[in-house]
Amino acid sequence: MMNKKAIGAFAVAAAAVLALSSCSGGNSGGSSGGDSAKGEINYWLWDANQLPAYQQCATDFTKTNPDITVKITQTGWDDYWSKLTNGMASGTAPDVFTDHLSKYPDFLKTKQLVALDDAVSKDNVELSQYNEGLADLWVGQDGKRYGLPKDWDTVALFYNQKMATDAGITPEQMGSLTWNAQDGGTYEKVIAHLSVDKNGKRGDEAGFDKDNVAVYGLGLPGSDAENAGQTQWSYLSATTGWTTTDKNPWGTHFNYDDKKLQDTIDWWASLSAKGYMPKLETTVGANAADNFGAGKAAINSNGSWMIGQYTSYKGIDLGIAPTPQGPDGKRASMFNGLADSVWAGTKKKDAAIKWVEYLGSAACQDVVASKAVVFPAITTSSEKAAVAFKAKNVDVSAFTQHVKDKTTFMVPITDNASKVSGIMKPAVDAVLAGKAPASSLTAANEQVNALFAK
Amino acid sequence: MTTLTKQPDPGLSAKAPRKREKPSDGVRGFGDLKVALFFIAPAMIGLILFYLVPTIRGIYLSFTEYSILGDPEWIGTRNYERIAKDPLFWNALSVTAEYVVINIVLQTALALGLAILMHRVAKSTIIRGALLMPYLMANVIAALLWFWMLDYQIGIINQIIEWTGLPRVAFFGSEQWAIPTQALINTWRHMGYTALLIFAGLQAIPNSVYEAASIDGSKALTTFWRITLPLLRPVLVLVLVVTVIGSFQVFDSVAVTTAGGPVNATRVLQFYIYQRAFNEQDFGYGSALAVILFLILAIVAFIQMKFLRGNQSDLD
Repeated sequence: MMNKKAIGAFAVAAAAVLALSSCSGGNSGGSSGGDSAKGEINYWLWDANQLPAYQQCATDFTKTNPDITVKITQTGWDDYWSKLTNGMASGTAPDVFTDHLSKYPDFLKTKQLVALDDAVSKDNVELSQYNEGLADLWVGQDGKRYGLPKDWDTVALFYNQKMATDAGITPEQMGSLTWNAQDGGTYEKVIAHLSVDKNGKRGDEAGFDKDNVAVYGLGLPGSDAENAGQTQWSYLSATTGWTTTDKNPWGTHFNYDDKKLQDTIDWWASLSAKGYMPKLETTVGANAADNFGAGKAAINSNGSWMIGQYTSYKGIDLGIAPTPQGPDGKRASMFNGLADSVWAGTKKKDAAIKWVEYLGSAACQDVVASKAVVFPAITTSSEKAAVAFKAKNVDVSAFTQHVKDKTTFMVPITDNASKVSGIMKPAVDAVLAGKAPASSLTAANEQVNALFAK
Repeated sequence: MTTLTKQPDPGLSAKAPRKREKPSDGVRGFGDLKVALFFIAPAMIGLILFYLVPTIRGIYLSFTEYSILGDPEWIGTRNYERIAKDPLFWNALSVTAEYVVINIVLQTALALGLAILMHRVAKSTIIRGALLMPYLMANVIAALLWFWMLDYQIGIINQIIEWTGLPRVAFFGSEQWAIPTQALINTWRHMGYTALLIFAGLQAIPNSVYEAASIDGSKALTTFWRITLPLLRPVLVLVLVVTVIGSFQVFDSVAVTTAGGPVNATRVLQFYIYQRAFNEQDFGYGSALAVILFLILAIVAFIQMKFLRGNQSDLD
């Protein structure tokens, strides 16, 4: 009796594991018959801050297209992509969804997206209205277009102005920082000077207690290796001439074995060891932006989509400085752009495309601009957003300067993005935690490149 | 199950004629079968639909490359060959084992102690019930509560540790502490329930045995080692088999707190399966890992049953 019971128990338990993997669906992409331009379409996005703006767009859209209503669903970034993939497999994915450059190659490979070329030429969508380069990011390896740009973002340094003033650092100094991987340049000097231990000693003073730090010069949200260090270290590594892949988009060889990158990561990790940046182990479960808001860090490097959150902390006199100039004498920022894509399994293709075109039009992007949450893709809307930010007393020039000076570089667009991050995140974490030197990334890089070998 | 069907319904037996107990063969037996099948059917259909079919499909998928979108492509044993060379798999195996050992040893010892206290000292239903409270909480909630209380910066436990003059501990953040922390949380949640199971076993031991022991002058500790523990063996084996299987499948508390990190410290087997299948859309590889977990659990359960003689009692 017991024997059978026990075997039954584990059979059941283990079968449950296998059951997880069997929720396969019939829908393997391809256009499915119905092209109705009527009814309700589903639209997904992940950023809750942008929800009100797009809700407004949806209402306006229905006014001019009374036959179509848009139902918006917001899901946090962490669950968004697996929910979307499972939806595609089971046939319940949204008709239109916010798409990310690092994710859409996987959808192309499995033919989940509708090419928009015909609609774009038929409806005369003016592609030159978007900020330079944004529209072309959404052209796949087959030469077809799979998304219309909605916004863009760059990286800058959010800093606590009161702490800077107390330390005798002027906004001008913050605006002209330099950096190199050997001694960290004036960037490291400022970070060190802004670090204060429990006894009030600064990071560059003798007797600084690096194990009892009250305020860290630079905040740490985690290694962010899954997004190629978008907001953490890519603004530094890019100034050394390093690129993530051999070419972009559609690179097939990663360069994490390059000394320039490894030196950058080593320098960055050394800040933790020196007590200028929190240790990785203390950031598990913590929110770097909130720690900044609580006065536990003086500088945070982060993306423009975070402006709303950083300006919302009460009692913090916020400054925004551009990222430091690197060895090549220039600044650098990853340039990311989102777009809206149509799912191939949609039953209302015509209506879905109409909605995507509306999302990509000045009418909607001006609405988004007026809410001052992100920079819309359309150049004129983008300028309106800068004005809206200014009206809220936020100087966003540190972000827009990158675009003006053409110091941006594109998010790496490759196949196998989720597998690459599955390998790189633990690898960079280990370096950051001081468990391995950055040269250990060479081994991880080999694993990554093996993904493209077959 | 079969023995039950032959017994008369206790409610009816008072009035029902005795001959009901011995049905004539043939017709009546056939009628029983029909009724039996009828009652078994829901469970059977559920088992086939939700366990048997997925299990077989999972085994099939483990020999394919399958990204959930598109069709599975047969690649023979390549997934298994890759697993054998996958350092993350071996890492997952060792951190899972570490978790199981800490979790099971502590949980069983504490539960045994609690069960004896329940049996001898705490006879109040309220106290006995209170022991079960953590188990009534969903795993995810329990994990998140502790995640918050043990937080490095704002956690109350670290606040207390600092008051005592000791340095703060990164319970979830440091590689040394992450697995023990996870194991302790699940021990906390499950020990009341485990204690309850053992408590039931304790109650099944007849008092006469203890009386005989005390007449023979046996001391409390000797009685425990020589009488309680051996007679409790079948229950303990059941408890061990069930808790070890459950322990090997630790997932939810990891998924909502450390998500495999720091580095790979909490990338336990079940989480690694999830990561490969659902995050990286490599369902073939994930299924192969799941099949391996299945085999490991089968072997572990078999060994436990075999060598601890779980299907025999010393009471007879």
